[in-house]
Amino acid sequence: MGKRINWKATILLMLGSLFILLPLYLTITIAFKTPQQMTGNLFALPESWSIQNFLTAIEMTNFFQALGNSVFVTVLTVVLVITTHSLVAYAIARNMHKKFYKFLYLYFISAMFIPFPIIMLPLVKQTSIWGMDNIVGLALLNVVMQLAFNVFIYVGFVKTIPKELEEAAIIDGANTWQVFWRIIFPIMKPMHATVAILTSLAAWNDFMLPLVILSDSSQYTLPLVQYAFQGQFSTDYNLAFASYLMAMLPMIIVYIIAQKWIIGGVMRGSIK
Amino acid sequence: MVKRQYAYLFMVIPALVLFFTFHTYPALQGIFYSFTDYKGYGTWDFVGFKNYLNVFLDTRALSAYGFTFQFAIVATILVNIISLFIAIGLNSNIKFRKTLRAVYFLPYILSVLIVGYIFKFIFTHIIPGIGQALNIEFLSTNILGNPDLAWVAIVILAVWQSVAFNTLLYLAGLSTIDQEVYEAADIDGAGAWAKFWRITFPLVAPFFTINMVVAMKNFLMAFDQIVALTGGGPGQATESISLLIYRGGFQGGEFAYQSANAVIYFIVIVVISIIQLRVLERREVK
Repeated sequence: MGKRINWKATILLMLGSLFILLPLYLTITIAFKTPQQMTGNLFALPESWSIQNFLTAIEMTNFFQALGNSVFVTVLTVVLVITTHSLVAYAIARNMHKKFYKFLYLYFISAMFIPFPIIMLPLVKQTSIWGMDNIVGLALLNVVMQLAFNVFIYVGFVKTIPKELEEAAIIDGANTWQVFWRIIFPIMKPMHATVAILTSLAAWNDFMLPLVILSDSSQYTLPLVQYAFQGQFSTDYNLAFASYLMAMLPMIIVYIIAQKWIIGGVMRGSIK
Repeated sequence: MVKRQYAYLFMVIPALVLFFTFHTYPALQGIFYSFTDYKGYGTWDFVGFKNYLNVFLDTRALSAYGFTFQFAIVATILVNIISLFIAIGLNSNIKFRKTLRAVYFLPYILSVLIVGYIFKFIFTHIIPGIGQALNIEFLSTNILGNPDLAWVAIVILAVWQSVAFNTLLYLAGLSTIDQEVYEAADIDGAGAWAKFWRITFPLVAPFFTINMVVAMKNFLMAFDQIVALTGGGPGQATESISLLIYRGGFQGGEFAYQSANAVIYFIVIVVISIIQLRVLERREVK
């Protein structure tokens, strides 16, 4: 065994992948069609590939502003998450034998079981009073909401780092902060990658938190813009699909370039 | 040594303060308001357990719980069966392995809301079109408009989107299995089915447990899928608990009442997760 190719599984999987590719094929072709072309066979290719739908959708939804907002929220969230969550997890993992840190660990982890709706109503009131109903506030809240899961996987990783590495640095006179930034943080690189991937996917595609937090439509992220424009789109599917395609495209491009890395990163996160 | 302890404290204190302020404190506030008649504005009074009692008498809330459970159970089972088989397929000696893995993981990176809008079009126009062309009656109408069937559409969307991530978790599980076990089974003349039930399934059991718990928890919180496909309709046939809390709390002036609903919802999710963990972990040991 080992070398023989399993053709039965290959063919079944290829047929199965049509379920995934067909909706995407429809999205692309409909985005390029005109309303007149929608009357015929919906699976047909567009007669001419016009980019007019995209231009109209860009203007209508203020696409580049929403794209900028999504990029801002995602980048700020990921940077804050990686620098702070790894630090918190390090302090917890190295002091797990102490009651306070053990309690802190369980306290953070328990948040994984708290459904967002239970904190949603008071949180929204509070954030609007404190002027956090904007994309900076959204990024900060993302950092808080992701803490539970990230501390969980970072702590698991720190435990595998031998303490001897730190002890050598301490003898050389490094303090705890230097030990973390110079030795531990760089060693955590594979975990940073995993956390960055999972966090950016969550922040980029999130809908519920931006929906309840953001009050100014000029700060809307990409999914929220699609939601806000549903009413206007309802008569023109081609325009809507051009807009959907553009909203999904940045992630699809990143995925095509970095797919091996992304799949590996998520698998690593799940074995922890 | 003392200095070192201070450093560790400084590493965790800011996170602790932020976490308490933006997570625990709102949760406590929610619990507090659930015992009042607060509308989200103006004055309020304590009303004891009245809100809790009313949730159990509220047909709209009960139907939201009913729908959410029905949807979550069916979706959890389907996602786990499908993703386990896809993972086994992707783990075997197939051609185009990398490409197929990339395709099967693709839905995970897409926004549920936007995929939901695309599926809405498919359910509204494409499927009835095919049904009419082929003269298949049950396909010729839009199931999103049917109160008895709209939940099926939400299951299809949820399964389409979640199979990707669960497949990856199972692939991670399968990669921990030593190939020699299968070689030994081959020598003993075990068939594919026997190998699955005797070797693969028991060895990925911990991943099965995690997948079941996580999938169930996520589906119980369904929101995006429903907003995109049905908006809770027709009528309130597909209104999930999250959607009900969101609508009642923000648009219906039911801040206190929906806070009570949210507390019940929280307890339900925790109890279900614990039961699942207990039952499934007991199976693992066998």
